[in-house]
Order: sequence, then structure tokens, then C-alpha cells
Amino acid sequence: MTDDPESTADEYDSDVEAAIRENHPALITYLTAGDPSLEETKAYVEALDRGGADLIELGLPFSEPIAEGPTIQAAINRALEAGTTSEGFFELVADLETEAPLLVMTYYNMILQYGERETPRASDGDADSEPPRKRPDVRPFVERAAEAGLSGIIVPDLPAEEADPLREACNDHGLDLIFIVAPTTEGERLDTIMSQLSGFAYVQARLGTTGARGDVSNATHDSLARLSEYDVSGPNSDGVPKAVGFGVSEGDHAAEIVEAGADGVIVGSALIDIVASSDEPAADLEAKADELKRGAVRGATGDGDGDDDAEGDREGKNDDESDDEATARTR
Amino acid sequence: MSTSDHDDDSQRERDSESTFGDYGGQYVPEALMPAVQELEDAYERYVLENEDGFMDEFRERMRDFGGRPTPLQRADRLSERYDREIYLKREDLVHGGAHKLNNALGQVLLAKYMGKERIIAETGAGQHGTATAMAAAHLDMPCEIYMGRTDINRQRPNVYRMRMNGAEVNPVTAGSGTLKEAINETMRDWATTVETTHYVIGSVVGPHPFPKLVRDFQAVIGREAREQIRERAGRLPDSVVACAGGGSNTMGTFHEFVPDDDVDLLAVEAGGSSLEIDESAGLAPNSATLSTGTDGVLHGAMTKLLQSEDGQIMESHSVSAGLDYAGVGPELSYLVDTGRVTPASVDDDAALNGFHRLSRLEGIIPALESSHALGYLEEHYEELGDLIVLNVSGRGDKDLETVLEETEKRDLEAAPEVEVFDG
Repeated sequence: MTDDPESTADEYDSDVEAAIRENHPALITYLTAGDPSLEETKAYVEALDRGGADLIELGLPFSEPIAEGPTIQAAINRALEAGTTSEGFFELVADLETEAPLLVMTYYNMILQYGERETPRASDGDADSEPPRKRPDVRPFVERAAEAGLSGIIVPDLPAEEADPLREACNDHGLDLIFIVAPTTEGERLDTIMSQLSGFAYVQARLGTTGARGDVSNATHDSLARLSEYDVSGPNSDGVPKAVGFGVSEGDHAAEIVEAGADGVIVGSALIDIVASSDEPAADLEAKADELKRGAVRGATGDGDGDDDAEGDREGKNDDESDDEATARTR
Repeated sequence: MSTSDHDDDSQRERDSESTFGDYGGQYVPEALMPAVQELEDAYERYVLENEDGFMDEFRERMRDFGGRPTPLQRADRLSERYDREIYLKREDLVHGGAHKLNNALGQVLLAKYMGKERIIAETGAGQHGTATAMAAAHLDMPCEIYMGRTDINRQRPNVYRMRMNGAEVNPVTAGSGTLKEAINETMRDWATTVETTHYVIGSVVGPHPFPKLVRDFQAVIGREAREQIRERAGRLPDSVVACAGGGSNTMGTFHEFVPDDDVDLLAVEAGGSSLEIDESAGLAPNSATLSTGTDGVLHGAMTKLLQSEDGQIMESHSVSAGLDYAGVGPELSYLVDTGRVTPASVDDDAALNGFHRLSRLEGIIPALESSHALGYLEEHYEELGDLIVLNVSGRGDKDLETVLEETEKRDLEAAPEVEVFDG
């Protein structure tokens, strides 16, 4: 996944962190798997990878997506109508060969239910009269995720307080469990989350649900300011990188967010819009990824703050190229 | 022997736990966690400790505005029919026509004590929505109700009632446009407005502390009934029967009786048209979650659910919109697993017959939800002992149109001739 896996293993805790540090400032993209089919998702993910995505989140659709706005809800409906299953999702992932590491974003119930039904062993030998009862367990999902080649998991309805079983399973299988930091996350809870998360901190730019917006909210700046205490500002920091999502749709947003101190930007709904309405989704997705990546890079270089580039540690993919392009074609 | 004299401290300790065995918890987006924790704090202070006289004010308002206490009425002709003593807890006589006000008024008042400025709620059939709208008008709070498009179309009168009380009704078009989608959308609103807004959840579901909070506001049903039956019959009942959808009237009726080991507690779910699940279509033609569900996480809590192998939530069905939900309160899941509560179900036909029977024999038109408990009584009275308390959770005026339509499709023994309505 990277040119020099050895140095990655030494320097960073995970593929996910390395993908952000080495491609700083990173572009993280989201698509719902199976929208409109798993075959098409494969082509779209490859297009994003070519266009400059450094990390790719794939949504495993769940019927009750309470954290999503209308755009991603509609994508999830299309994916479910197309018959997307957990196993089909994992087969897609196993089939994908991208430079960018892959993450799964899904709701907790999907993680709990994956795997075989188990009939509890009745101690008195009267098991036949009992219907088989499925014991929810996160381990089969995490094992399969690791086997399929996923690098991490994001669960929008799993707060840190309920995450112990999943965190243990992820640790055992070398996956990152990425937590969301909301505008309302403060004080002790913020301390707890920052001490527990791995990969990167998913900074929720505003209250509410996912969806493309026309601007970068004040809450983004406030959140980044609050998180700056946690020593996540440079490639050599002990903390994890922070990436901002919820409402990002244009290169200029990406620039503004990176300039405000983010290590990466996360874009979802704006890409789903392309999937849903473009005549040539793959080409348009690639172009959009390129626009966003160049915006992010512009944000990192625009203020003349050289910290982010100090390591010169950005040989991953087409960064140098997009850097040059960004300089050449800025505004 | 008084079994309800709990040790105060240990009771308090249990109430601040977020789980019932493996069930319950707080599975909500990070943005909502601070609000959920703020509510936990308010629950402990105002509800459990009566800070600032909160519970006193709540009880006073439930008396003056809500019409409590409700009677426990001996059902003379049902008692004769089944040859045992049948008592009805008349929650249909609460203001608004259902037990729903117990919870709605409690939560809107709590929101006021917490300094919140705005009320939101979901509604399925419209009963919780109308109760919340009434409570919000009564306490002068702005109120918005989310309701599925399908439910809006089949429950018009309730939409008008909510609007009369000054609430805004927001249609939800996602999915099948019923309760599940309305809850999703209300949670989304809450995630956006959490700093100023309280979400009045309509049943003993959702993240902790909602299942306990709602149960405690509803527990007045069982507290009154337990006292009333001892006064009337001189002893505790052999069985207590209540219908169960999300489970708020169920937990409200059962809670006070849970320590009474000799009292059987029966939760009657909607069997719909069949207990079989059509996995490929994502359909469960019933809402019998306690009887047939498997463990999982929905709307903030680990509980029993109607779901596919993969974990997709099923579209449930019941002739009664108020029971039509693919989940159930986590405490009920726990009480069923531990054997304290016995789950049961009756199908749409039995519920409709129960509706007609009570209307004809006792002059009480029950809600279709409560009619499931009555349908169960008809089928199983012999197993329920000599002294039975049954909760009539609401009145059936709201269901008349559905009942006429559904009755016409069937050959129901307890139904009057349909021509009666042609006149």
C-alpha cells in the first residue's frame, strides 16, 4: 500500500495513520457500497484512488442510518434495493486493489449480526425445544474485515462508552477503530476519546447529519481549535491526525479546512451526488477527487507554514504531481 | 407481605445503571452523548430525587390536567363470560384517550426544568404525538412532531389534533413512512438541535436513560392498579395482562408488580397476519418482537429486534399502528429472558374480535393496541388464574375507520353486522 512498508511500520501505528501522514494533507472519500451496484462501486473506488484519494471509506448499508442526511440515506436505499449484503461487501473489498487503504463505515448492528447463527448449548440437554438464538458478537465481522483487507472501522452510532468489545477485537486484528469528535464533545469526554482513538480523529464539522453544504461552518474552526491541544499538528506528533468531515463539497472548503489546521478532509455526499446524477460517474469522481486534493494541498501551502512538509515524507502516489498542479493552477 | 418496599439505596443504584443485563445501553452518535448524559443527570435529580419538587408538580398536573387516578373497573360481563374476576385498568380515561400522556407530560415538564426551549417527538399512530402536543400546549413549549407519510394518511384526525394544539407536524417520506422512519428523522433533528431541544421519546425504547425515565412516568399505572386491586379484591391478582409494542404501557403496568413473584405478567404482542418472516422481502407480517426477535442494536439500545440475518431491520406489520414496531424496550427483553414476563401474541383477527367484544359487552371501545390484550384473554383465560387485571391502554375512537375497513374484509364472530354502518 505504501512504497516503503518498513519505515511505515516503524514510524506509524497503522496503515491509516501512515496514509494521512505520508500524503499530508490527506483526502478521505466516502461512497456507499452497492450504490447502484457493487460492480459499479468497484469502478468508482478505483477512480477516486486514481484521482487522489488517500484513504477510502466504504459504507456498508444499514436500513436505519440515523446519522446520515438525505443524500447518503438515498444512496443506502439504492444499495439495499440492489440487494447489497455484508458478504457481498467483503467480496468487493477483497477484490479491490487500491493504493489508498480502505475503511468500512457502518452501523453497530451490522457488525453485531455478521457471522453464523449459533445455538446456545443448553446445559440440561434440552436444546431442541429452544429456537436457535443468535448471540451478537463483533468478532466474526472484524475477522472477516481484516481478512478482506480493510484497515479500519468507523461506526457512527457507537460512542466510546460502548466501544470496548469492538476496540479489543480491532486491536487483536490490527484494525483501526476511528472515533468521531463532535462539536458537542468537550472536557472529559474529549480526553477519553482522544486517548482511545487510533488511525485519525474524525472531526464532525457541524451538528446534524451528513450532507454537502455551501460553506465551512464556524463549528469546524472551533473544533479544530479545541483539538489543537491534543498535539496532533505534525507528522512527528505522538497523537493521531485529525480529519474533518460533514458538509465538505468543494476544493475551496478543503483548502479552508486544511488551513485551519486539519490533517485531512473527508468528503462523502458531494461524491454520492456525482454517483447519482452524472452521465460519466467514474470520470467525474476522478476529477472531483483531484479538485479536492488540490484544494487540500493549497490549504497546506497557502499560509507558507512549512511544518506539514518538513519531513518531505510524501512520496505516496501523485502528491508531488498534484502539488505542482495546485501551484500552477491555483485559483 | 409487602414486596414493593424496595431498599431505597440499592434501587437507586440499579436505576443509574445504563443496562438491564445485556440489554439497553447508549448506542447513539457522538454528537448526542452529551445530551443523553445531561438527561441522565436530570433524571436522577428531578425524577429519582424529586429535586425542586419536580415529581410533586408532575403528579399534581397529572391529576388536574390528566385526570388521574384512573379507575380499576370490574368488568361484569367479561367476568361472567370467563367465570373469573376480570378487572380493567382504565387508561383510556386519561386525558387524550391513552396512557401516552403520563410520559409526554412528564418529559415536557422535565424539559422545562432542564431549561430546554423546544420539544420534538416522533409518532406512529399519532397517539404519542397528540399527547406531546397537548402537554407542550399545556406547558407553553414550542413543539414539532415527526410522522411518517403513510401514517399521516391513515391517521388524519390525529394530525388535526396536533395542529389544533399548536404543534407543527413534519411528514417523513423515507422508507415505508411509518414509526421507525419517524424515529430516525427525530434523532436526526435532535443531532442538529441538541443544545436547545429535548426529544420526547414515545416509549420505553432508545438510549439510557429513556427506558427508565419513560417507565417511571408510566409506572403510575401499576402503582394505582396494585393498590386498587388489593382494596377491591383483598389480594394481589394472579395475572396482569397488557399489550406490548414498544412497551410503555406494558412496563408501566408491570413495573410495580415485578417484585411480586406470584403475579404472572403477560405481554401480548401483535401477531399480525403470521409469525413467519419473509427474509428476502425484508418483511415481518407481525410485530412480535419479544416472541420471535433476536438480539441487536436499534435506536440507541441493545434489545430484541425483527431483523434479517445481515442485521437489516424488518418492516413490521400490525392492524394496530401503535404496536407496529420492529423493536421493543430493552427492559422487557431482559424480563422475558429472565422468565419474569411471559411473551405472547395474538393475530389481527383475534385483536379485532377483542375490540368488538369489549365494545358490545362492556360499553368500552378499546384501542386496537389494547384489543390484543383482550384477544389474548379470550384465548387463554383458563391459564390466567381467578383474578386478572388487564390494562386498557387507550380508547378506540381513533381506530374506528380501520376497524370498519378490516372488519368488512373478514368474518369475525364478535363483530356486529357491517350493514349497521351503512345507514
